[in-house]
Amino acid sequence: MSRIDTTFGNLKRQQRKALIPFITAGDPSQQLTVPLMHGLVAAGADVLELGVPFSDPMADGPVIQRASERALKHGMTLRGVLSMVAEFRKQDATTPVVLMGYGNPIEAMGWEVFAKRCEEVGVDGVLTVDFPPEESHEAFEHLQRHNIAPIFLLAPTTNEARIAQVAKLARGYVYYVSLKGVTGAGNLDLSAIEQKLPQLRKHIKLPIGVGFGIRDAATAKAVSRLCDGVVVGSRIVQEVEDSTEQNVVANVGKLVKELRLAIDQ
Amino acid sequence: MTYNYPDNSGHFGQFGGIYMAETLIPAVEELRQQYLRFRDDPEFQAEFAYELKHYVGRPSPIYHAKRLSESLGGAQIYLKREDLNHTGAHKINNAIGQALLARRMGKKRVIAETGAGMHGVATATVAARFGMECIVYMGAEDIQRQAPNVFRMKLLGAKVVPVESGSKTLKDACNEAIRDWVTNVESTFYIFGTAAGPHPYPMMVRDFQCVIGNEAKVQMPEMIGRQPDAVIACVGGGSNAIGMFYPYVEVPGVQLIGVEAGGHGIASGQHAAPLTANAKVGVLHGNKVYLMQDENGQIIETHSISAGLDYPGVGPEHCLLKDIGRAQYVAIDDDEALNAFDALCRFEGIIPALESSHALAHAMKIAPAMSKDKVLLVNLSGRGDKDMNTVAKLKGITL
Ligand SMILES: Cc1ncc(COP(=O)(O)O)c(C=O)c1O
Repeated sequence: MSRIDTTFGNLKRQQRKALIPFITAGDPSQQLTVPLMHGLVAAGADVLELGVPFSDPMADGPVIQRASERALKHGMTLRGVLSMVAEFRKQDATTPVVLMGYGNPIEAMGWEVFAKRCEEVGVDGVLTVDFPPEESHEAFEHLQRHNIAPIFLLAPTTNEARIAQVAKLARGYVYYVSLKGVTGAGNLDLSAIEQKLPQLRKHIKLPIGVGFGIRDAATAKAVSRLCDGVVVGSRIVQEVEDSTEQNVVANVGKLVKELRLAIDQ
Repeated sequence: MTYNYPDNSGHFGQFGGIYMAETLIPAVEELRQQYLRFRDDPEFQAEFAYELKHYVGRPSPIYHAKRLSESLGGAQIYLKREDLNHTGAHKINNAIGQALLARRMGKKRVIAETGAGMHGVATATVAARFGMECIVYMGAEDIQRQAPNVFRMKLLGAKVVPVESGSKTLKDACNEAIRDWVTNVESTFYIFGTAAGPHPYPMMVRDFQCVIGNEAKVQMPEMIGRQPDAVIACVGGGSNAIGMFYPYVEVPGVQLIGVEAGGHGIASGQHAAPLTANAKVGVLHGNKVYLMQDENGQIIETHSISAGLDYPGVGPEHCLLKDIGRAQYVAIDDDEALNAFDALCRFEGIIPALESSHALAHAMKIAPAMSKDKVLLVNLSGRGDKDMNTVAKLKGITL
């Protein structure tokens, strides 16, 4: 069984919800990414989403845009991100790691090379923001061959036919984008999420994580009641930005602990 | 040969597609359905034709640049005068078409990205004409280079939002417009300015711009009794070029030449010529195209004196036309474009846009070696009023 399936299976038995923090690889520095990943797990993260920085992050708000710019300035590459996962795996064989980013760095590497490397280093899932199912045939084939879960986004605008289509292709979990907007936006509407979920559940038997716009423990808790996992990105990346290299691991750990407590309450 | 692209899924061979975040996929699908419906609607077509005639001032004339041709001593250069359109460039053809569609779709808010500002001005113009709210995203660097156009957009009632991220040029303005669209997807129509982006934009923009080539196909035989030997157009995203090329794709004997921005020269790496420089295939702004990028798949910064050509990608249909060998793509560097700019001012009393000067420069380059009965039709995509500051600065003059 894959690490993602095992993790969600265990959580389900314990009647707990997954906490899925996002950080951008290479931010604030390449040396600190692996310690940050371990820190997230120690603070209670169940799945890690590791952002692969891209020069043109069209779906991201200012916070993650700045993180990508910092990471790229420090020379972060897709190859480098994969090496970080290999490093992380030396000490953590169980926490699922999902790479999240845009398709072009993967296209440049080639999907087969990428998927093979993912399997070697211990990546569990890949979410390519700008590759909808319609354009994912090639990606899907290579990811499948190497047992990497393609993680798909669903949005408030996604109609039922598309939900059914994604249900067929998705593995691991499905990521529901909680609002119309970019990452870090402030217009989260709980009742809209609540209304959409039954439609999603009708087709999707995988766990459903909800993200975009979850900014504090209270929203994390409220959202976790509606789904199987909560993805927190911009809020954590903001904490990285506001910290120094000395205290970043501690500060992010403290924040994630708060989120964990709120969700488990 | 029958040339029939894109396919139903918006692909031009391996190029094109709908590479967008999920939130926007239903929006591009709705746009596709609505566009296909109105494309075949005689009432919509009649309305579009009316606007082009009475508001834009079409058909635009074709002009024989006799003195310029004589000075070169070879092929005859003719100009398709898109610079004479209302707002001074070909961009209005497409902006009108999309605004009419937006109106039928009940959208009251339009957004646009702009590089040189010509598409921004065209969008602001049609938004004023149809009473729509208009927001234009423009790179902070381009706001500097194209100040007069920024003022024009404001006069027309548009809000111009400076984009400070990335390279602060056209590609970053696109990113920001996409971010706006994803946030306001229900109320907003994105009037995209070139023949690129997710399906149906490359097809739709091409169809709206085809008026250029369709007119030329009638005008050239009237003027000289035949079609030109080559049509030449500058290529940023590729809208004026595809508008000229597409009607000629199946006309034998007419060469299609796209001219990219060579910047400081292809060898310098500082250019905006993905086709000429054999850039790798990549994905940006909703489509798979030849794209300027580093070995890690990060988009690299481009350079051109003309803001409208300063873009790392190119529309998918041009990628296909290159691959199947139907069109040829070349680059003209900054200095060559400036020389052509000066030449047209002096020989013909026409001040061209710096973008269009690239197309003209290539015609001037190949004309001398051709015989005098050969005819080159250059798409003069816009006028140069917006470029006064840039040109003055390059000549070391302060206005
Ligand atoms: C006058 C003019 N020509 C050409 C272009 C390039 O765009 P495209 O390649 O879409 O025609 C622009 C873009 O701003 C322009 O203003």
